[in-house]
Amino acid sequence: MTRNRATRNRATGNRATPGTSRGGGSATLHIDWTRCDGRGLCTELLPDLLVRDDWGYPLAAGRPAGEQTNVPLGREDLPAAGDAVALCPRLALSLRRR
Amino acid sequence: MSTAPDTRPVEPVSAAPAGTHRLFAAGPAADHGTHLRTYGPVPESPDPSGLVRILKESGLTGRGGAAFPAWRKLEATASARGGVFAPAPVVIANGAEGEPLSFKDRVLLHNAPHLVLDGLLAVARALNASRIHLHTTAGNIAPVERAIAQRRDARGIRISEAEESFLSGEASAVVNALHTGSAVPVDRVRRLSEDGLKGRPTLVQNVETLAHIGLIARFGAQWFRSAGTPHDPGTRLVSVSGDVPAERVLEIAGGARLDDVLREAGADPASLSAVLVGGFHGRWVAPAGRRLSAADPSMQAVPPGAGILHALGAHRCGLAETARITSYLAGQSARQCGPCMFGLPALASAMARLASGEDDPTLPAELERLGLSVAGRGSCHHPDGTARLVGSALEAFAADVAHHLDGYCNRKARP
Amino acid sequence: MDEVLWAAGRATGFVSLALMTLSTVLGILVRSGRRAPGMPRFAWTLVHRNAALLATAFLGIHVGSLMLDSYAKLDPVDVVVPFLGAYKPFWQGLGTVALDLLLAVVVTALLRHRIGPRAFRAVHLLTYAMWPVAVAHAVGNGTDGTSAWFLLSAAAAVVVVGAAAAWRLSAGFIESAALRRAGTRRGETA
Repeated sequence: MTRNRATRNRATGNRATPGTSRGGGSATLHIDWTRCDGRGLCTELLPDLLVRDDWGYPLAAGRPAGEQTNVPLGREDLPAAGDAVALCPRLALSLRRR
Repeated sequence: MSTAPDTRPVEPVSAAPAGTHRLFAAGPAADHGTHLRTYGPVPESPDPSGLVRILKESGLTGRGGAAFPAWRKLEATASARGGVFAPAPVVIANGAEGEPLSFKDRVLLHNAPHLVLDGLLAVARALNASRIHLHTTAGNIAPVERAIAQRRDARGIRISEAEESFLSGEASAVVNALHTGSAVPVDRVRRLSEDGLKGRPTLVQNVETLAHIGLIARFGAQWFRSAGTPHDPGTRLVSVSGDVPAERVLEIAGGARLDDVLREAGADPASLSAVLVGGFHGRWVAPAGRRLSAADPSMQAVPPGAGILHALGAHRCGLAETARITSYLAGQSARQCGPCMFGLPALASAMARLASGEDDPTLPAELERLGLSVAGRGSCHHPDGTARLVGSALEAFAADVAHHLDGYCNRKARP
Repeated sequence: MDEVLWAAGRATGFVSLALMTLSTVLGILVRSGRRAPGMPRFAWTLVHRNAALLATAFLGIHVGSLMLDSYAKLDPVDVVVPFLGAYKPFWQGLGTVALDLLLAVVVTALLRHRIGPRAFRAVHLLTYAMWPVAVAHAVGNGTDGTSAWFLLSAAAAVVVVGAAAAWRLSAGFIESAALRRAGTRRGETA
């Protein structure tokens, strides 16, 4: 299923430089910080977008403060982002229109 | 200049307050009679949406810290959801004043509660609100209740007690407290103006902003703009504390010079190393040449936030003061969001180490890294504000930082 | 035909319990947040979920085949109401209880985006009751329940689940617990 996506991304070299704009996105990944417990599944599904901070919580790498709670998604991120929303054990994620 | 009838008083009344002595023109603890004799009545407005227009002309911005244009909040709430079955809006006067260094709302509610009530009722009328709340701390409830009892039009206002915590005045925390009793911010996916208290369009407005609205409803937008600057019209209340002869609330014009305000409070700006402007989520600035102005893009302008001015004498160590404040802020975390719950104590700890003169040259970089790592990550602006404070301290007290890293502090007193 | 149904009932019961054991253990282990061997965390989460769903499917066949088997005398009522069965009512009743609990856990898990995290978690914790009841049902009611090989595998499962649960309750269970207590990556305390 989706477990090969991370490996596939790495294999095809689809690793964007942090901070660059991502193609044609119309959605953002909204993090509900009051629910998030830093479990890290989303950072595995979206390794080019999210890293973990010192305490395990997702951090949008290379993005400014204003994009840390509503992380802009490129079109190519949408499937993995959908998986992250579905799999987050704390139901802390949702997709929002930009 | 608008010549629409509802921007002028319906009948000749007491003269509009001149200069900057506006909010307390009726004297201390003014009762309703004194209040009406001083200001006259609020004219009946045939067109509730006219209030939006007047507020837009006046340029009034929120006095609770965020300086959001008052007219825009009102319009957003008014136009939230139309239709026959639209839920009626709610208006909440926010007098929670969670900042320890702020006391202007307390002073306002004790001395000019009728102005606050006038503004609150004018806004409620404009929105055709079904519920009107006034949310404030225990010590302010009695004067508000007294004021309500003195008038007929305020009977429907529900008073609720706000928690004495730093975050209790955050807009979503106020709504949450009214709904569930828990005064912590919530994850907001929609604006309060669309989806607030129990799903209704909700307007949360600081009590001082409402007091200004109470005056604008009488004397109009141009009167309001007769004080202040084009960028920052009208007046605002400031809570002055710290190394000043006595803590005071002053009413100052928009764009006022910071050193003038300090002199008015009885302090000598030259004897201060810095002033904390805007409270614990504000910034340290050296007073020379600065103007207190919201929305002014020029270099000398510093946003006043909720009007908190805390003076730091030159004999005090700003880093030690900042370390104390950061520790307090870390303790005031609602402990809901990871970056705040863990990031702020880390920030406080690093700040304490810097303040104590620990010989670690990586501390400034570590403080910057921690500040960047918490900014924008949380369901309210507590992490951002704390990071901003720390950043401004490192800048304003850069010389002290160098001394501390060398192991000494050349300030005489330690707070 | 009855013998086939009976055999199917036994086999699917065993397989279902084995899958439930796998799912329970994985559910506990994934909670620690640690990087797991071989696959990313989210993949193990999916195995946990799929094992539970498969266990439910096998459970369906287990109950279905026993209902069709004239010897087992399983009523539709017995599927939801425990302890009314004709054959070993107590042990069979435990099976009903386990089935009811499993259904609650699985349905709420599938609908968790609608019911919210708190309600989902509260029901999900019932797994800690469901699993031992299912094992007890298998031992007490299963045809092979008291045979040596089954008791050995059941004992092994109990040890594994018990150890995982004990680890779950220990202070160092959550990967980031130490770091969160300590303050930062550099190990400072506030």
